[in-house]
Amino acid sequence: MSMFQVFNISGSAVSAQSQRLNVVASNLANADTVAGPDGSAYKARQVVFQTELMGAAGAAGVRVATVSESDAAGRRVHDPKHPSADAEGYVTYSNVNAVEEMVNMISASRSYQNNVEVMNTAKTLLQKTLQLGA
Amino acid sequence: MINRLTDTLNFQAEALALRSERQRLIASNIANADTPGYVARDMDFATALRQATGQATTPGQMTVSTAGHLQPAAGARGEPGLRYATAAQTNLDRNTVDMDRERASFADNSVKYEATLRFINGSVRTMLEAIRGQSQ
Repeated sequence: MSMFQVFNISGSAVSAQSQRLNVVASNLANADTVAGPDGSAYKARQVVFQTELMGAAGAAGVRVATVSESDAAGRRVHDPKHPSADAEGYVTYSNVNAVEEMVNMISASRSYQNNVEVMNTAKTLLQKTLQLGA
Repeated sequence: MINRLTDTLNFQAEALALRSERQRLIASNIANADTPGYVARDMDFATALRQATGQATTPGQMTVSTAGHLQPAAGARGEPGLRYATAAQTNLDRNTVDMDRERASFADNSVKYEATLRFINGSVRTMLEAIRGQSQ
């Protein structure tokens, strides 16, 4: 019965999207992190999705292949009184772009909702199939 | 005689299995809406049903007339009625899932799945009625 696999497929997507939401949350939490003693600030992270084949033809779930770090330069602010300022008086903040992260969050939550709805529909249809002939 | 009773039921059962397979396909497309490079797939339902009920042959399938005849491996045979979707709008990550289309197909397929269920229920009820007769 291929309808049961819908739960595996949508379940994998839901867990991948929730990992994406987790990454967005940690990016937003570290948006104002200053460079540590090693001189490098927090780098924005992003999940990379990959299709995961699930045996039967056409059944394709999702998994998070890697979590990549952004190489963009950190935000530099001139603040000579700051304890973490360098020799020129600049403080390096993390390279998180808050607007990008908010857009990412909205996209992730919409995809999450879509997959939950798919599972709900499949559940209703399966229940009706179980009552067949009654 | 029993064939006549179950023939319509067999046809509907075939349709129901294909409907649930299409549901799985569309669920895969919705799950991969954000995967870079994913190509959406859908089922040409009429062709798939004709192939499943033996009215049309699957491309790549060979006639078997004796036990010694071989069949091509599963990958070398065409999959019944499966098609790749082209992108409705070009996408930077080459993903061809169109969420509006997928949502519409999903709703359409759910309704038709339920319709097939009702057809089966109806013919089961008709048969039971015929078996019971007017014995009250």
